[in-house]
Amino acid sequence: MTRSSDTHGSPRNDGNQHNGSSHDGGNAVDSLRALLAPTIDTRGNLREIILIPLAAVFMALLIGALIMMATSVEPHIILRSFVAMADGSVGSLNAISETLTASIPLVLAGLGIGLAFRAGLFNIGAEGQMVVGGLMAAVVSFSVTGLPMALHLPLVLVSGLLVGGLYAAIAGFLRAATGAHEVISTIMLNLISIRLLDYLLRQPFIQKEGRSDPISKAVLETAELPRLLSFIDPNLRLHFGLFLMLGAVILIYWLLYRSKLGFAFRISGENPDAARYAGIRAGLTIVIAMAIAGGLAGLAGAAQVTGVLGRATPGFTAGIGFDAIAVALLGRSHPVGILLAGVLFGALEAGGRQMQVDAGVSIDMISIIQALIIIFVAAPLLVKRIMPFLFADRPKEDADHG
Amino acid sequence: MADQTQMDPARLAASQPVANVTDWRRIISGFTLVMLAAIVLFLLDAPWDSVSTFRISRPRDTWAVGNLVVPSQLINTLAAIILAFLGTRLFLRGGGRWTGLSLGVGLIILAMAFLVWATAGKAISLTGMLQATVVRAVPIALAALGGILCERVAVINIAIEGMLLAGAFAGALFGSLMGGWAGIICAMLTGGVFGLLLAVLVITYRVDQIIAGVVINLFVLGLTSYVSSQVFAEFRWLNKATPFRAFKIPVLGDIPLIGPVLFNQNLFVYGALIMVTLSTYYLFYTRMGLRARAVGEHPRAADTLGIDVIKTRYAHVIAAGMVAGFGGAWFTLGSVGRFDENMTFGRGFIGLAAMIFGRWHPLGALAAALVFGFADSLQQKLSILNTPIPSEFLSMAPYIATIVVVAGLVGRARPPAAIGKAYTKD
Repeated sequence: MTRSSDTHGSPRNDGNQHNGSSHDGGNAVDSLRALLAPTIDTRGNLREIILIPLAAVFMALLIGALIMMATSVEPHIILRSFVAMADGSVGSLNAISETLTASIPLVLAGLGIGLAFRAGLFNIGAEGQMVVGGLMAAVVSFSVTGLPMALHLPLVLVSGLLVGGLYAAIAGFLRAATGAHEVISTIMLNLISIRLLDYLLRQPFIQKEGRSDPISKAVLETAELPRLLSFIDPNLRLHFGLFLMLGAVILIYWLLYRSKLGFAFRISGENPDAARYAGIRAGLTIVIAMAIAGGLAGLAGAAQVTGVLGRATPGFTAGIGFDAIAVALLGRSHPVGILLAGVLFGALEAGGRQMQVDAGVSIDMISIIQALIIIFVAAPLLVKRIMPFLFADRPKEDADHG
Repeated sequence: MADQTQMDPARLAASQPVANVTDWRRIISGFTLVMLAAIVLFLLDAPWDSVSTFRISRPRDTWAVGNLVVPSQLINTLAAIILAFLGTRLFLRGGGRWTGLSLGVGLIILAMAFLVWATAGKAISLTGMLQATVVRAVPIALAALGGILCERVAVINIAIEGMLLAGAFAGALFGSLMGGWAGIICAMLTGGVFGLLLAVLVITYRVDQIIAGVVINLFVLGLTSYVSSQVFAEFRWLNKATPFRAFKIPVLGDIPLIGPVLFNQNLFVYGALIMVTLSTYYLFYTRMGLRARAVGEHPRAADTLGIDVIKTRYAHVIAAGMVAGFGGAWFTLGSVGRFDENMTFGRGFIGLAAMIFGRWHPLGALAAALVFGFADSLQQKLSILNTPIPSEFLSMAPYIATIVVVAGLVGRARPPAAIGKAYTKD
């Protein structure tokens, strides 16, 4: 059934308000479905799947350069900033290590958001779930002492995962039980988590001794995610989270496409009515999907605290939870796509830092480029219109707009 | 019970979706109210002989009125009793339209009890607080209004946050360059440009509406932060606009309580009130408004009747952007005249919550925005009153209240039927 026939073929019964509202919650995501549904399925699409993201990245960089020009950055500085961006993301071993380090939390949280998308849920709350998960991980990491690393580290990660999952499950439960839209409740939970973090970081059992500003005690050594490349150079920050990330990609792939639960997620996302007739318990599915999404975000927060930061501070998530939404969108909610998108965003992040140092261009330029990439990827028609020559062998598409 | 069920179509249909919706909503709301009663009774207690003083007029006002003095503990005991009654009633036999009403009344009583408790033995300016309430409600109400204009023609506008931020930025930049009025006009134009961008993406290129919104937010945040750190840091004079001051409307501004609250404010307050009034009239009392709503409910039918769906949607999304741009200018031209990175701080999202809360009606959204504004100003005043509650919890309160209210009410609020769907003429 296509979208338009769904909309117009069956006018809604006005008396049936509640039935309507249960779908309207889903309506926000109804249309997401249409975008997310086409995975890598047909051979004819393969060309577009490769070309459109490439064209999108190219145009985003081009517009980025134009914006730099508009803010009176001189041409040779623009050139230098792009060189620095490449240099800082893939130019050296350290750069690659930074790129992968930055992509770990993005991919973990992005996988959760993508999974929720598949189940028809829009989890804007990854940021908040990262906050509570990361904070919990930090607390467990310094308050539990005397454990060997083999026990302590998993305990820390699992506690972050559980707390993040529970926090997201609140929104899932409210959606399932009362129909409260998860977009609103997760936004509110984000805002709450920020204040909660500020408050808890000042409490004596969390705050670092002798400090008056909100900062937690340091993560104990037995709870640190080990650095992978320290045998080459101790400054390389790439940590064990890399394997967590890859493991999560495989696990979520298996969950979505090979398990019964994943089937329940996808069918609830694509056709709630069919799911109901198939005997899938919609409410439970929503709660579980949100819990898993939150768990992955919580794990991302825990990995960030124990692998990179070493402590929790106000705003330690640094908007990663929001960037992860972009990663999930760019990766079309497919685990492999999210992995690639996460690494791309990680590269932009690492490259952006180098750009700020080398060329003196603000790192905020990266957010602009990221947003532009998503716009173009989400609007393939726009890309085809701007660059018709790339898709010249498909004249039919162009004729639509001619 | 049986015929009551049949009388109320909302309840009849409620049994159909996920689980038993009404029951959960009722249980959560009832539980919340009983908890609130316990909180008021046990945590917000004051000595029996203490009084709370609320100042209404300043001594030099034209028509000065005496202070409002109430016995603190008596009021709060009464409040707890009412809350407990409402909560228990919901548990035992409530539901239907009582859920929302009880919850709304309950939250107002809670806010009142809290205020009485915090001022026990002290004095506070009630007028000043309400004045701040209205001021802080302005950006939220305008954001909600922008959301309503879009959603009434079935376009989801998550980008409202970005449009606010863009308006704030443009207001500061052009306000510094060309003065306040030009700043407002440019802020509205900038909001309109992002409205146009959203419209092009979702209407013409049929990008998913939520994705387009999220992306516009990202883009605006990136762009404004970039310019602010790349340009404003160096050229300070570009980010130093003269803000609009409050001006008193003659005679009306001298009425006690109402005068200072409604008629001695800055341009943005008057502008927001006018826009809310106009859009209510437009949407519900004009032929154009009816057509717009038809596009939101059933675009195919509207098209059949000769309404240009695409053009209507474009016009409304752009108008919504302009309203949000005006709301954004409040952050700079309505307060200190300087732009800071991400200074809207989620107000646009709260505006969307206010929109749902107010059931896609401008007046409802304004009322909801006032609730958020009140929570904001309450928090500000309480930090002056030196209460033992940590300020972080106070600032959390409105968000928790939003969750509770959305959970308690939202099933009864119904968005336009065609929301979120692109329209193709085939």
